Amino acid sequence: MTNAEVEIVVDGRRVVVPAGTILAAALANEGVQAFRTSVTGQPRAPICGMGSCFECRVTVDGRPHQRSCLVPCEHGMVVDTASGGGA
Amino acid sequence: MTLVEKAPSSATDVVECDVAVVGGGPAGIAAAARAAESGAGTLLIDQGVHPGGQVWRHRNEADLPHVARRWIERLGRSGARVMTQSAVTDATPDGLLRVVRGRAGMSVRAGTVVIATGARELFIPYPGWTLPGAMGIGGGQAMLKGGLDVRGRRAVVAGSGPLILPVAAAMARSGALLQGVLEQASVGRLASFGTSLLRHPSKLIDGARYRSAFACTAYRTGSWIVRAEGDGRVERVVMTDGKRSWSRECDLLCCSYGLVPNVDLASLLGCVIDDGRVVVDDWQRTSVARILAAGEPTGIGGELAALTEGQIAGLVAAGRNPAGEAALTRGRSSWLRFSGQLATSFALRDELRHLAQADTIVCRCEDVPRSRLDPSWTARQAKLYTRTGMGPCQGAVCGAACHFLFGWPADRVRPPLGAPEVAAVAGSAIATDAGHPSESRA
Amino acid sequence: MSPSRQPDVLVAGAGVVGAGCAFALAREGLRVCLIDGGFVGGGSTASAMGHLVVMDDSEAELRLTAYSRHLWSELAKEMPADCEAEQRGTLWVAATDAEMAAARTKRDRYQSHGIAAEVVDEQLLMSMEPMLRRGLAGALHVSDDSVLYPPAAARHLADRARALGAELRENCTVERIDGRSVYVRERGGSTAVLSAGAVVNAAGIDAPLLTPGLPIVPRKGQLLITDRYPDFCNHQVVELGYLESAHTLGGPSVAFNVQPRATGQLLVGSSRELVGRDPEVNRELLGTMLQRAIHYMPQLASLVVTRSWTGFRPATPDALPLIGRWEGVDGLWIAAGHEGLGITLAPATAALIVDGILGRASAVDPTPFAPGRAMPNSHVPAAV
Repeated sequence: MTNAEVEIVVDGRRVVVPAGTILAAALANEGVQAFRTSVTGQPRAPICGMGSCFECRVTVDGRPHQRSCLVPCEHGMVVDTASGGGA
Repeated sequence: MTLVEKAPSSATDVVECDVAVVGGGPAGIAAAARAAESGAGTLLIDQGVHPGGQVWRHRNEADLPHVARRWIERLGRSGARVMTQSAVTDATPDGLLRVVRGRAGMSVRAGTVVIATGARELFIPYPGWTLPGAMGIGGGQAMLKGGLDVRGRRAVVAGSGPLILPVAAAMARSGALLQGVLEQASVGRLASFGTSLLRHPSKLIDGARYRSAFACTAYRTGSWIVRAEGDGRVERVVMTDGKRSWSRECDLLCCSYGLVPNVDLASLLGCVIDDGRVVVDDWQRTSVARILAAGEPTGIGGELAALTEGQIAGLVAAGRNPAGEAALTRGRSSWLRFSGQLATSFALRDELRHLAQADTIVCRCEDVPRSRLDPSWTARQAKLYTRTGMGPCQGAVCGAACHFLFGWPADRVRPPLGAPEVAAVAGSAIATDAGHPSESRA
Repeated sequence: MSPSRQPDVLVAGAGVVGAGCAFALAREGLRVCLIDGGFVGGGSTASAMGHLVVMDDSEAELRLTAYSRHLWSELAKEMPADCEAEQRGTLWVAATDAEMAAARTKRDRYQSHGIAAEVVDEQLLMSMEPMLRRGLAGALHVSDDSVLYPPAAARHLADRARALGAELRENCTVERIDGRSVYVRERGGSTAVLSAGAVVNAAGIDAPLLTPGLPIVPRKGQLLITDRYPDFCNHQVVELGYLESAHTLGGPSVAFNVQPRATGQLLVGSSRELVGRDPEVNRELLGTMLQRAIHYMPQLASLVVTRSWTGFRPATPDALPLIGRWEGVDGLWIAAGHEGLGITLAPATAALIVDGILGRASAVDPTPFAPGRAMPNSHVPAAV
């Protein structure tokens, strides 16, 4: 890992991403399909990328319902998605 | 450029300013720069990591087109203060704004407010649009700029509007394998748009440049997505030109149908809104005193129209008469015409109203299928009886979709905007464990 | 409308009370026409919390709410899932020893009327609602209270009335009631005069516009709802001080009142103010209300908010509804003025109206609710 990279934890896995990566993009790159589970149990992922659609909600550092498209990755961030059984 | 407003030391602090500009896209940047240059104490509030909005979203300024770099630098020199990663969650017509930054709430009191909240994409529900891998065109662009790796991904860019070509080009340049680039408008309609572009040559050059980026991919007009299929994610899309249909393997589907003004803040402030647009006069003044609006909220016109309107709003907000700048007033009327042509050229075909099947989800937050919606209702009836538009997005996606499908005008906007925490809405005297984001002053 | 098709009863107002009356009347075989200027459940009903609760401010209120809650439990057997009916039970939280004493008194009163009610100590309270702050004295647990989603429940009652032959006219504003005739204006502007054997004014805060002299004023309330946090809270949790807030007509007041929805969302209340019909959210009062809620349930502070809104309770000077014949106008019945208990009291109100119209005895003595009863007039400003 270099200064231009940060390490986050996605569904229990350590992931190194370029600094400045938006969390939603990092999750998609990590193969996360289901960011959240819909109210009828369907897998969902972001569609707007700008904070409007709320489909990218994940749990960040224990806080549910965080819009991952608005959050830049920060070192040590712990993220749980529906793909990992969270969110 | 890191000119960041110092966060108040407690939630009860109020930041005072002459002019608060909400939204840091081209309109907001132009408004803030011109207001500050005119001597007004100006505060620009933006949700992004850097000012730029969606169209000038960037991680490195070097990646930006010239006009964007010029304006962002001008903003930096103007003396305007900038609060990034900050969302306006509430506002009252007396100029008091509630702002959430990180998790902490604070207040801003402004003499004049400029609404430059941009636009959202119009999503028209089709079978499979809820599958992971399906997103908007602007959504795809935002994800790409945010670091999405599309190398080797089989992508389709479809829908309508001028964003299709640049996003398809960006996808191709970033290594996506384009399986189709589809515009629903007919070639005849587009020709009229091309004619109007002759009056705006810079746009025409853009178009040619984008096309060269994916020369070997079929760009089809008069064609659209019928449905997406797959098990837990998009695996295939079915497309049609109205006569025949075909399908392609695909795992990244960008499909949306142009932009709709984001009028949430204007609506909350009680500004008159007509046909989904904030009503403004030649000086960008809304129906509410000391509340101005510029750029997409007043009608979709693109970044150059937004820069023109933003400048006028900035001057007016600072107490100056914009009539002294003939280029601006001329530009404004020219871009108004362009905006009208845009709407005509990319008018949406009726077939798109029939893509959603009985079981196709219309409201994604509450998973309401089309079959539960009675077209004779109002948006409010749909909301109360079926929860459509009642979820976290508060109709940001399904509101415009239902307007397109059923003709329902948007329901009333309720505070707060942007999903803050209870503590931030509770306001004064609430101690939270939220720290303030790191701050700096250039 | 031809004379042969003239309904037996016209119900003005399709909130939960009017819809409930329409269903109860139709169930007795009467021909009913339910009329509303908007749509079913779109007024105060849409803004309401939907807490079906036995209240004991007076003997009359206790009897009527207990009867109504029983009627709701019967209705709930046929309610679809979108009515979100759930037997959550109410926890009346006591913060101090004095409030704990009040909780015991309340328990005794409930039990004497056959209402299940148990006092729980702090330890048990914490196991029932772990998100409450430490240091509370305890609570009164009323296990058979429940919650539902009011606009869907109103719609359901109207649908059942229609299934029994009732006519529903939405977007049809009742402009005037004149004896057994009702003057209406359709959305398009056309007017008509409808006649019936009896007319029920169930127009909520608009009831005094149709029957001048009804002592009803709009009492504004505000609510806020969060995103989904299943299991954050299990019961409708209300501070015992709520009663004080609910009783004090006059200046604005707030009370801690949280309801877990079937969706996992949390509905946070409550506030009361007399400010006419301004629908704007009072931000300062909303802040005070939320601070009160956070004071009782600190972790609420970090939950994500979806929206807030306002609504208007049809308040009367003595805090009892107006149910029964309106003396002096032949054929006119009143079913209005339920303040914050319109959802709870809809079925009992409907039952009293049906009994009155059919001239039979009711399960609960209707005398205390007679619309023409003597009222204290010091608290409530003249009807708007």
